[in-house]
Amino acid sequence: MSKEQEKGMSLIVKVITPFTVGLILLYGIYIVLHGHISPGGGFAGGVIIALSFVHLMLAYGKEVALKKLPRKTISFFESTGALLFLSIALIGFSGGYFFLNFISKGEKFRLFSAGIIPFCNIAISLKVGAGLFAIFIALVLLKFEWEKKE
Amino acid sequence: MLFCCGLYCILVKRNIIKIILGITIAEYAVNLFFILVAYRMEGRAPILSSEVEIVNMVDPLPQALVLTSIVIGLATTTMLVAIAMRIYEKYGTFDITKIKELKG
Amino acid sequence: MIELYILLVLMIVGAIVAIELKDLLSAVISTGAVGLVLSIVFLIIKAPDLAITQIVVEMLCFIILLRAILKKDLPFSKTDSWLFNTFVAAGFIAMFLFVAVKAFKDLPEFGYPIMRVANIYLKEGLAKTGASNLVSSIILDFRAYDTLGEATILFTAVIGVLTIVRRIGRKKKDEIVEEDDE
Repeated sequence: MSKEQEKGMSLIVKVITPFTVGLILLYGIYIVLHGHISPGGGFAGGVIIALSFVHLMLAYGKEVALKKLPRKTISFFESTGALLFLSIALIGFSGGYFFLNFISKGEKFRLFSAGIIPFCNIAISLKVGAGLFAIFIALVLLKFEWEKKE
Repeated sequence: MLFCCGLYCILVKRNIIKIILGITIAEYAVNLFFILVAYRMEGRAPILSSEVEIVNMVDPLPQALVLTSIVIGLATTTMLVAIAMRIYEKYGTFDITKIKELKG
Repeated sequence: MIELYILLVLMIVGAIVAIELKDLLSAVISTGAVGLVLSIVFLIIKAPDLAITQIVVEMLCFIILLRAILKKDLPFSKTDSWLFNTFVAAGFIAMFLFVAVKAFKDLPEFGYPIMRVANIYLKEGLAKTGASNLVSSIILDFRAYDTLGEATILFTAVIGVLTIVRRIGRKKKDEIVEEDDE
């Protein structure tokens, strides 16, 4: 029974999924980029991006999703997110104190208006998204091997 | 009051999954309590728009802390579930009074 | 304000239902419902950042809890060893309630918070950072250390889960072969 379950869900889900996965990913990127204007920010946007990949995996089965986003790429994204956040902080360190806001602030309420904050949001979203997706893959793989061992 | 339900659940129930649910519910209660402290009657959401009135906004400081706390709660629940799955694999049951072999 | 009390009562009912049910699947669904109602309460308290984050995190937590239950969904039908456990639990709860009632007298009234630090954030937030979303400006500019700590926690959680999962004795050869293929 587990083999049929891993091949994905029924046909209705497989037809709808290409549309909704792209929509969820786009919505997540929107929330991350507009983190300093409207509610959201890096954390919620990162979790939404992770959920879009989880959705892809739940609808199609494990192998297809892992082909689109292999394990080494996931760990690369997560480390890059963390290092990017730290490097932004350290560059600010050379100016004055630790997290100095050095990029010039443009006019208010526009997209590039708030100094380091959009870059921080992007870095955090990469880290959160990749990390949560890695946790999900790990839990699913464990279950799969446990059931195979029986 | 939600915290009491969570605390009761953690202490009394014997099934490990129920204990995880109890911790999750207790965590919802703590986050809710922090936000309820920071509510101003007839306040507005703490996001500025084109017409700026700073007079009556709700307190933004606990919201920042609770935002972090929600994501940390997710990480905690994930690790608890991973440990619970390992325990199930080793002992075959979820009943905590049967798991007596706490060897070194 | 009355909708706030109705939602609080609904959450308490949901929590009691989640605890007392013997079927594990229904208990997890009930916990999911409590989280959803919590997100609506966040909307009424006018904290939209938290509402978005709470819904999304609740969905992920729900999926993970369902994964944990998937193998074993037996109804759990043993009774606890009644007297001793319940007495100890009641004792702890009574102590907690006593301390809580004493502490609640010191809080300001509901709806009129003392905002000394937050007033400075509200007044100078836009001028100093240029961000319209004040909560984002707090967690990423005024208090960025906390965000750094949270990134570290997420990293640690990922490493922790991968360590717990990977401790497999028999399948080591297959795993090494699989990693070499990628």
